[in-house]
Formats: sequence, C-alpha cells, structure tokens
Amino acid sequence: MTNNQQVDADFLALPLDAVTESAISTATALGATHVDVRIERVRTGILSIRNLAPETQSDDSISGVGVRVIVNGCWGFASSPEISVDVAAKLAKTAVAMAKTSHPLSTEEISLAPEPIYPRKQWVSAYEIDPFSVSGDERIARLTGLNEKLLKADGVDFAEAFTMFVKEQKHYADSYGTSTTQQRVRMQTAIEAVNVSDEGFVSMRTLAQPAGFGWEWMNNSHWNWDAEIDELPTLLAEKVAAPSVEAGRYDLLIHPSNLWLTIHESIGHATELDRALGYEANYAGTSFATVDKLNNLKYGSNLMNVTGDRVTPHGLSTVGWDDEGVEAQRWDIIKDGTLVGYQLDRRIAARGGRDRSNGCAFADSPSHVPIQRMPNVSLQPNPSGPDLAGLIESVEDGIMIKGDNSWSIDMQRYNFQFTGQQFHRIKNGKIVGQVKDVAYQATTTDFWGSMNRVGNESTWVLGGAFNCGKAQPGQIAAVSHGCPAAVFDKVNVLNTRAEAGK
Amino acid sequence: MSPQELIEKIVAVADYEDCVVIVESKTQANLRWASSTLTTNGVIATQKITVIAFVAVDGGIAAGSVTRAQVDASEIVEIAQAAGVAARAAGKAEDAAVLARDLAVGDWSAPHNPTGPEVFGGIAPELGEIFKKSQADKIELFGYAEHTHDTTWVGSKGGLRLRFDQPDGRVEMTGKSHARSRSTWEGRATRDFKNLSIAEIDSEIRTRLEWQGRKLDLAAGRYDTVAPAGSVADLYAYLGWFSGAKDAFEGRSVFSQRGQAGKTRVGETFSNLPITIYSDPRYPGLECSEYVVATSSGPMTSVFDNGQSAPKNETFKDGKLNSLVQTRATSALTGLPYTPFGRNIIVEAAGATGDLQSMIAQVKNGLLLTTLWYIRTVDPTTMLLTGLTRDGVYQIRDGEVIGAVNNFRWNESPVELLGRIRAIGATSITQPREWAGDVERAAAPALIFEDFNMSTVSPGS
Repeated sequence: MTNNQQVDADFLALPLDAVTESAISTATALGATHVDVRIERVRTGILSIRNLAPETQSDDSISGVGVRVIVNGCWGFASSPEISVDVAAKLAKTAVAMAKTSHPLSTEEISLAPEPIYPRKQWVSAYEIDPFSVSGDERIARLTGLNEKLLKADGVDFAEAFTMFVKEQKHYADSYGTSTTQQRVRMQTAIEAVNVSDEGFVSMRTLAQPAGFGWEWMNNSHWNWDAEIDELPTLLAEKVAAPSVEAGRYDLLIHPSNLWLTIHESIGHATELDRALGYEANYAGTSFATVDKLNNLKYGSNLMNVTGDRVTPHGLSTVGWDDEGVEAQRWDIIKDGTLVGYQLDRRIAARGGRDRSNGCAFADSPSHVPIQRMPNVSLQPNPSGPDLAGLIESVEDGIMIKGDNSWSIDMQRYNFQFTGQQFHRIKNGKIVGQVKDVAYQATTTDFWGSMNRVGNESTWVLGGAFNCGKAQPGQIAAVSHGCPAAVFDKVNVLNTRAEAGK
Repeated sequence: MSPQELIEKIVAVADYEDCVVIVESKTQANLRWASSTLTTNGVIATQKITVIAFVAVDGGIAAGSVTRAQVDASEIVEIAQAAGVAARAAGKAEDAAVLARDLAVGDWSAPHNPTGPEVFGGIAPELGEIFKKSQADKIELFGYAEHTHDTTWVGSKGGLRLRFDQPDGRVEMTGKSHARSRSTWEGRATRDFKNLSIAEIDSEIRTRLEWQGRKLDLAAGRYDTVAPAGSVADLYAYLGWFSGAKDAFEGRSVFSQRGQAGKTRVGETFSNLPITIYSDPRYPGLECSEYVVATSSGPMTSVFDNGQSAPKNETFKDGKLNSLVQTRATSALTGLPYTPFGRNIIVEAAGATGDLQSMIAQVKNGLLLTTLWYIRTVDPTTMLLTGLTRDGVYQIRDGEVIGAVNNFRWNESPVELLGRIRAIGATSITQPREWAGDVERAAAPALIFEDFNMSTVSPGS
C-alpha cells in the first residue's frame, strides 16, 4: 500500500510514552498481570446540506486515556478525558480496584492468547487528503454543487447531501512491550433526491459506499460523483412511475451496493466467536453458527467463499495492529460453502482454545474497553463467473436490487429482511423497468444456499458502514464488506405497502 | 480549569454577535455479565465542550460550532476563532431566531457530582448470590447494569447561565435455561439503584422460563397481541424521531397531508381511544431539563433555540395528532406552535387501569410479547417498521398463557396501530429494550393491539 502520510505531529507531541509508562508501572506494582493503555483522539466532522443551505455542521473531537488491567484473573477498566501522567496513575489504581471489586462476581479466569511483541510501530491508513485540512467553504461548495445539479432536474423537489469524515489516532502500549501509534482516515457521503406528488413521496439515494479515503473521495477520481448525480433524476423518475411489486418468489440479482449489508448482518455478526459463545446474549444476540458446527455447517452454496481481514486497502476495519497489539491478518471464514473460521480477540481466542487471536479487538473511544469487533468480512468473486451484463442475461424472471436501505435480522442471525434503493425488473435476461415497495426476506442458510451465480472480479465493490453497533455500553465501529454481484434463486419478496395495510 | 471558568473565558474572548458554550460532564459506572459471571466493567469519565459562534453575515446570522473533549488555557482563543470560522463558512443560517439572554437556571457554580462503582454496593452481593443460585439450577444469566450522572452547563455571551443534572440508570437481565432453548428478559429503569430488587428480577425470570416448558409451533399471521409497557415505549419512540414539522410541511412524512402542499395532519384523529403521547420534564420519576440544549442544528433542532423553554408537550392528545417537533424557525414556517423535542416519552390513556395480567385476561386467542428487537424503518411514508419478537412469545387462550411459541418477524406501523388498540392499561415507568440507552426516560401502559402483523416465523431464539 503506497502511503505518503505520517501520524500528525501534534498527536506524536503528546506525552504518549510517559502516560502509558505511568499507568503500566502503577498497575503492575498493584498486582496487575496484564495492563494495556490506549491514548486516543478521534475527530469527527459532519456536514449536511438541505437543498442549497447547510443544515447540520459539527466538528467533534474526543480524546482521553483508557487503562485496562487483569488482576487475579479479573478485568478492571477506567478512563478519563485528561491525558496526563498523574491521571494515568490514578486510572491504573481505579482499574485495579474495579478488578478487585469484580472478583467475587467472577467465575471465569481471564487469560489472553499470546502474541509477539511489536515495539515502537507506526501505521497510517491509505489516504491522500486529510478532510480536516479542507476548508469548510470548499466542503460546503462541493456538496451544495451536487445538490444544485439535482434540484435543476425535473421531478426532484428536494435534495439532501450528507458527509461524515473521521480521523482516528490511537497510541497503544501494553505491559509486554508492544507499542503502536496509528492514524486512520475515513469518509462517508450520501446524496438523496426526493420527489413529492399527490401520491406521496419517493426518494433515491446515491450508491457510493463509505471507505477509508480522505477528501480525495469527493473529487471524481475514485467515485464519479458527478456522473452518479447526473443519472439520479432519471432513475428517481422511473421509480416514481414504477408499479408496486407483486409479492412472491423472484430470482434476485443483488448488486454489491446492497449485498454488503446482507453479508454484514447474516455472516459478519454470525461468525463473531464471542456472540457464538453467548457473551452478547443480553444485547446484540447470539449466533446460530455455534462452535459445534465449525467445519461442518453448510452455510451456503459451493460458490460461497468468505474471508475476514484487517488488511484490505481502504477497508474501514483495516489497521496495522488491533487494540490488543495483535498484527493485522487475513483468514477464511467460509470455504466452499462451509463454516471454517471465526472472528477473535485475545480473550475469546484463549477461551475458545486457539493459539492466537486473528486481531479483531477494537474500542471506539478511550472510554470503552476493546472488545471483539468485525474485521472486513468479504465475499470473494468467482474467477470464472460472469460480469454484470452476463448475470443480468442469466436471469429469466427476477429483480436486480441496488443500494441499501432498511435492514433487520433476528438475534441468532437466521431471519432477515432488507429493502434497497433501486429495484430493476428483469425478464428473459433483459432489464424492463423499475418496480417499487420491495423487501426481501429469508433465512440465512437458505439464502446463501440459493446463491447460484457469482460475478467475477469486475463486479466487485468494497461496501460498508460507519455505524455498526455492539456491546454494553454501546460501541460503534466502521467496517467494510467487499463483494461481487450474485444471483439468488427464488427468494421471498414482500410488498411493503401491503405489509403496512390493514 | 473548571467548566464554569472555561465558559466564562471563552465567551469573554468571542468577538462575534453571541457565543454559546455547552459543557457536558459525564461519569458512568457499568457492570456486564454473561453465563452468570462478570465479563467487563468500567468507570468512565467523559467531557464535551461545544463552542457555538453566532456571526453577523450578509443578510442575517450564521452559526457554527466546534466540539472538543479538552480545552486548556492556551486553546481558548483558538477554539473561539475556530467556531467563528465554521459559522462564516456555513453562511446565513436558515434556522436563525432571536437568542435567549440573561437567564439563570440551576446551581451554576457547583462541581459535577460523579457516580462510581460504589453505586452498585447494594446490588453486587445480591447479584453474586443469584449467579451462584443460577449455576446450581442450570440457569444462565446475562445482563448489564449502568449508572450515569450527566451535568450540562450552558453559558453565553448574552448572559445564559444554565445548569442541569441528569441521573439515569438501568439493569437488564436475560435468563436462559435448558441448553439455552428457553430465554427471557427483564429490565428496570433506576436513577439511583435504591429500592431495586435483584431477587424480584430473578423470580420473574424463573416464572417466565417455566412458562416456556410447553412449546407450541405457531404460523405467521395476524394476532391480537399483548405488548408490555417496555415494547410499547420502544415502538412509540419512533413517533418522536419521525414527527419533524419541517418534513411534514414539505410533504415528506407520514404526517403530511397527501396532495396538499404545506399541510400537515395536525388535528387528525388516529385513535378513538383517549390516548395521549407526550413529554413532560416534570413527570414524577422522569424529570429532565425544561430547557432546550442543542450542540448542533438539524431537521428537528436548532442551536438558536438554546435556552428556550421546553415544557410539557402532547404530540397526540386523546387520540388526535396535536403537535409536531419544531424549532422556532420551523414553527414560523408551518404556522404551528413552537413545540421542541421532549426528553422523555409518556404514553397514557385517560382513566385507563389494569396491569399486564389484566390485558392477558382480556384476550380470547392471541399472543403475549416480552420484547421487540432490531426495529428498523421500512417505509417512512407510512412509518412502516419491521422487527423481531425476542425472549419469549406466549400463546394466550381464554385469558390465560398456555405455552410459548416461536419468534416472529413483524411488519407494522405504530401510526396505523394507534387505530387498532383494543384495550389499554395503566401507565408506569418502564425500561425499553431495543432503545435502552437512547430512550432513557419512558412511561407506558401494557396494551392489546388488534391483528398485529406477524409476517414470518423466525427460527431464532
């Protein structure tokens, strides 16, 4: 990965070593057998433009120190927004006290899978232009310009543009000697056009996905915004005029701009080992893919190959080292349709009898503990599969779905329902126009079992989200899912108007 | 530097029309457990300092803000200037309105009163006991306890000196037995962890796990469905999020009059029952700030409204849509009264009595829910939501629970459901499940929905 960026000097100028050393030595002296310290600064910018004027604008930096310890086999954690040597020592004492308080309520002795030591490492994600270095005027002008184009078109009554950009800086040090300093940048932009008529309102959003880019994401070189905006009014007008879908079973050609979310919900969360073991049972839920099914659960068709990784260029979950000092890796989760791997952090790896974590620990802020979070979970293209035109030709009676919208799945990750932005009816291998009010509903293994055609590399897109939720207290994480377009046979399609009516 | 001192220094150097500084100090203690053993815990302190600049520009006033976790003495001028730069970049604000001035509320000078792990002193021994008991009885307990103290200071160049303190907390507990084939959930809202009985939660869990001794398969379909208070709160939280006046006025909401530009459905009757859905900062046990605090503007909030009063507001009154969420700017646009977003939600029906049991007793053939899960908007034009049932659905025959059935995916609109409420009980403070942490202060009744749309069976449990 080529990368000219460095970690910002003002972050490196913080007393990183003195603060982490203070916490580690204090906690160790008080009996901690493990100490990890994170000093973090996360800056988030939000800009939304309603028609031609900014509606929401924020520039929010969180920063602080989090100290996590193990004492007598129990976790303890404390955090503060103040980054100083004295505060770090106090946090170490509080975390040790918390671990001791927890001891009578704990029957599981925490142990961590081992990992080599990485002293003094730095890593920066692949981006060109720090979005915070771009002036507010320039950001507003770019988005307002795109909205303006939309509003000039017939049938567009309202336009809304939203962008969110994040710079995450993290210094990690632990009691074994690993010390990493990392900086990641990511961008998410979406633009929506709305038509209002006597029949109600219909909207359509851009298909562009969030990714680990800087402001260069907006300059048409990685995603052609102007081309997409030029097409959007026609697509919206088609959707406004489109008939409501007839509920029933259809072959679905699912575009990566929609399929990434189905992968996220039905594969990503289902293959988190902490969920499979029950750690999330009160909140996010468990998983049908329990450990007894490893290497024998038929998850989907033989064309289904899914990997987990923290290395994909521009991936939202891509790092150099995770929040437990584990080096970024790539591994198989589903091979030829069979479940073969899980997502792990060091504690869950040890609990599951594994030699090493695959590096999925992440905390969204200095005030939260690292937990197992999702790596980039991606469906591999079929090297000998068709391109998008070939996939369309292969469908006799179906619908091509583009863009994500509504999503919901049960607590064991069986039953899901998704909608989308565009629903193109395919008859005898040809697109014959849009339909609307489409939702597809299926059971995870039935759905992936029905995946009969998988597109080649030319159909592959890196999709993803900024807002994946897990744990209590709640944490969010950004994650990417690369996937090709694919065809799923005879999936249950609902009409959302009929579902609402009574 | 104390938050109060910081605010004084920032407003003193702000060289534009007005400057509002909002400091939010939060402390939190939490405990989490799984399989009857503690898994994680934390003692957390966070701070957010937001500086909002109001700058005179061509044709009006611009607003811009910057938020940081820490601002030291050397950064005061810089953050004040950064907010000014953001305001000038944004240009004339569409939501501009006259700023509140010269108002003092609360004990400005007192420091933040932190919470800490000692708040769990009362429940920790009880938790230890039920963990042991559950292990002996082959029940697994999963759950979470959280206590938070939030202090907010709002100061301005124009003389606002407002201070609010907000305690919040909850306990959630999932119980599983019989190799995790049975599962149930209990939640309790608490502001101080006093008068909270873990033994009572444990006893409820054991009763529900026993109810699941008889399992019945039930097909998807429409059923008369008893919703407990927590799930009613989870469903009706959406009303607040989707009742922005501007969207309704522009024809982009379930509350827009179709085919009539600029007309909303305010005044229309949605239920023949005297159902009132409202927020009230003085509701006993759900008290919260009576003033607007806004760190950024949005479709339903405006930084210009900082310090405006936010009294009791009825969104629905006696079954009729009574108001939409307004900023002062959208109030002027829509010609409707200024009714800002409330910080709690209360669902009640005048004169309603009866608890969950009395709702069950009124159902001849139907279902009883425990919680709703993964609720998401499917179609904003009807406010159609989808979601799952979770941790126990029971079949009711002739007013009695006869056994547990499978889970369902449902598709329903809480707006349309207002017209299908068959019976409604007395309102009490409740703990939502899906929106726990987002909807902190809720009171709702148990009620019966007629013909609730269970769209498909979910094999999940």
